[in-house]
Amino acid sequence: MSTKTDKIDRLAELTAQSETSTGSSLWVEAMRRLRASKMAVIGGCIIGMFVILAVLGPWVAPYDPTAQLWRGEVRTNQGIFIGMRGENWFGLDHLARDQFSRILVGARQTLLVGIVSTLLGLAIGALIGTVSGAAATLGGKVGGRIDSVIMRFIDMMLALPSLLLAVSIAAMLGQSITTVMIAVGVVQIPIFARLLRGSMLAQGGSDYVLATRALGVRRRRIVLAHIVPNSLSPVIVQTTLSLATAIIEAAALSYLGLGNPDAAVPEWGVMLAQSQKYFDQAPMLAVYPALGIIITALGFTLLGEAMREALDPKLRS
Amino acid sequence: MSLLELSDVQVHFPIKKGVFFDRTVGHVYAVDGVSLSVEAGQTYGLVGESGCGKTTLGRAILRLVDITNGEVVFDGTDLAKLPPEEMRRQRSRLQMVFQDPLGSLDPRQNIESTLAEGMEAHGIGADKAERRERILRILDKVGLPENSLSRYPHEFSGGQRQRIGIARALALEPDVIICDEPVSALDVSIQAQVVNLLEELQEELGLTYVVIAHDLAVVRHISDVIGVMYLGSLVEEAPSDALYAEPKHPYTRALMSAVPIPDPSVEDDRERILLQGDLPSPSSPPTGCRFHTRCPWKQDTLCDTERPVLTDLGDGHKVACHYAAEIAAGTVVRAGEAADEDDAKEGREPASVVAP
Repeated sequence: MSTKTDKIDRLAELTAQSETSTGSSLWVEAMRRLRASKMAVIGGCIIGMFVILAVLGPWVAPYDPTAQLWRGEVRTNQGIFIGMRGENWFGLDHLARDQFSRILVGARQTLLVGIVSTLLGLAIGALIGTVSGAAATLGGKVGGRIDSVIMRFIDMMLALPSLLLAVSIAAMLGQSITTVMIAVGVVQIPIFARLLRGSMLAQGGSDYVLATRALGVRRRRIVLAHIVPNSLSPVIVQTTLSLATAIIEAAALSYLGLGNPDAAVPEWGVMLAQSQKYFDQAPMLAVYPALGIIITALGFTLLGEAMREALDPKLRS
Repeated sequence: MSLLELSDVQVHFPIKKGVFFDRTVGHVYAVDGVSLSVEAGQTYGLVGESGCGKTTLGRAILRLVDITNGEVVFDGTDLAKLPPEEMRRQRSRLQMVFQDPLGSLDPRQNIESTLAEGMEAHGIGADKAERRERILRILDKVGLPENSLSRYPHEFSGGQRQRIGIARALALEPDVIICDEPVSALDVSIQAQVVNLLEELQEELGLTYVVIAHDLAVVRHISDVIGVMYLGSLVEEAPSDALYAEPKHPYTRALMSAVPIPDPSVEDDRERILLQGDLPSPSSPPTGCRFHTRCPWKQDTLCDTERPVLTDLGDGHKVACHYAAEIAAGTVVRAGEAADEDDAKEGREPASVVAP
C-alpha cells in the first residue's frame, strides 16, 4: 500500500540515519508506527474526547443532572416523554432530568470504574505474573514448583465465568461503586498474570537471557531489566483492550443493580437499566447511554489493536 | 596443568511427564562423558553434526546448563562444584560468544548499556565515565564506530552485531572465550572478517578459545587442537594439521570426505564415504561404540558390546575406536570395499553408496 512519497520519505529517513543518528529504541519506533496508524489516531481521538468529557463534564453540563427541573412535563404513566428540543438536546429522562447533562456527568463514573478496575487487575496480575514467570525461568526446580502452584490457582480463577465471579464479589462486598471496581478488577487479574508469565517464559528461553547469565549478571536484574521489559508489549495491548471490557462489564454490573446505590448519580449502566422500563415509549433514553458505552469501548479497542500492530515484533524492520 | 580441564563431563536432561507431579521417564544423554584439556593461549575446536552435544558441552563449561556428573577444572577450581554466587563471579574470566548475533542481544538495550552490564555486575570500572572509556577502547578493538554507543541491536548489520557480541565478552577481560558457532549465522564474506578478528584478539590479548562449529574449514583455520564429537562424546582428538592430514576414526573420515576439494581431478577420484541412516536418538544411545550403527568399518566383535575409550596413538592423536590401528594399517577394511570388489567381478558398477 506504500505510495511513492512514502517510499521517498522512508529512503530519506534511512539515509539520514547513517552516521549522525543517535539510535532509536524499539519504544520510539513503536510510537512512530502508532502515530502513522489511522486506527490509533481515531481511537486516540475518541478516548481523548471521552477523557475531556469525564474531566470537564460537571462544568460543561448545562443543567444539574440530578435536579428534576421539568417536573410535570414528563408523565411516565401516561406515556408522555420529552424528546430532543432546543433547551434539552437529548430530551428528558423518566424523572424529568436533562438527559444530555446526565450523559456528560455519567462519563466520569464510567471512566473512573474502567481505569481503576483495569489498573487494579494490571497491578496485581502483573505482580503475580512476574513472580511466577521469574520462578519458572530462573528459579530452578523449586521455582518450577512455585510457578506450578501459582498457575493452578490462576487457572481456577480463569475457569470461572468472569461476570459470575464479578457478581459474587459484588454480592459479598455489598452494593457500591468500589464493589464494581474491585469486582471488575479481580476478573482481570488472572488474564494479566497468565499473559505476562507466558510472555516472560518465551523471553526467558531466549539467547540474550542466556548471554546475560553468561555475563554473570544477578538474577534479579536479569528479570527486572531484561525479561520483564521485553515481555510487556502484549500486556500493554491487553491493558488498552481491557479498558473497553472493563467499561462494558462495569456498565453490566450497574445495570444489574450492583453499582452505586444512589440511583440519582448518573452512570451509563444505571441509566440503561432505568430506561428499560420505558423502552416502548422512549427508546432514545436507552440509545444515548448505550451509544456512549459502545463508542468509548470502540475507542479503546481501536487503540489497543493499533498498539498490537505497532508493538508486534514480526513487523520490526 | 592446563588452563581448562574437563574430566568425564556428563549433561543429562531429564524427560518429564505428568500433570501435577513430574515423573522422570528417561534422559537425553546430551553430553555423555567428555574429557579434554585446553592449554592457555590455545584454540580448541569442537566439531560434530547438529545434535551431537557440542553446544551443550560449551554451555556446561560456563555452567549455563546443569552438569550431571564430572569435573570442569578451570585454573585449579572445579566449576561444577562452585556455589552459585562464586560461579557468578568466575564468569568474568570465562565468556561466551553466541551463534545468533541478534538473538543474543537484548533488543531494548543500547550498545553502551549492553557492554557496561557485565562490568557493573563484576564491579569493573569505578564510575560510568570510566566504564565508557573502556567500552570505547573495546569498540575500537573490534572495529565498531564510536557512535554505536547509543544505538540499538536492530540498527546494525549481522557482522557488526557479532562484533558487539565479541566486545561484550571482551569487556570483562576474560581468560577463556567459548565461541558457539561464532560465524555460522553470517555471510561468507563476513565470516572471514570475524574469524580474523578473533585471531587478532587472541594474539593481542593472549586469549584461550574453545570454538564450537560444524564448519570444518573454519575450525581448521582457527584451531590448534580439534576434538570431534559424536552423540555426546569425543571420538577423536588431535592437533589440527594431523587430524586433517590423517583422520583415524571412521566418523572423522566420513566427515572429512564430505569437505569439497577445489580441484576437479582430485575431487572426482578421492574416497567418499557416505554415512547411512540418521543420528541415533540421544535419549537411547546405541550400546558399545556409539557409532557402530552407522560405521562402514563395523566389526562383529567389540563394536556393539564395548564402548571404546579415547586412546593416544602417538603425537597427541587420540582416537576412540577399537580398530583404529588396524584400519590405519589397512588390515581391517570397509564392508563396502569388499563389496566393490565383488561388484567388479560380476561386471556391475561399484555402488556409490557404501553400505555398512
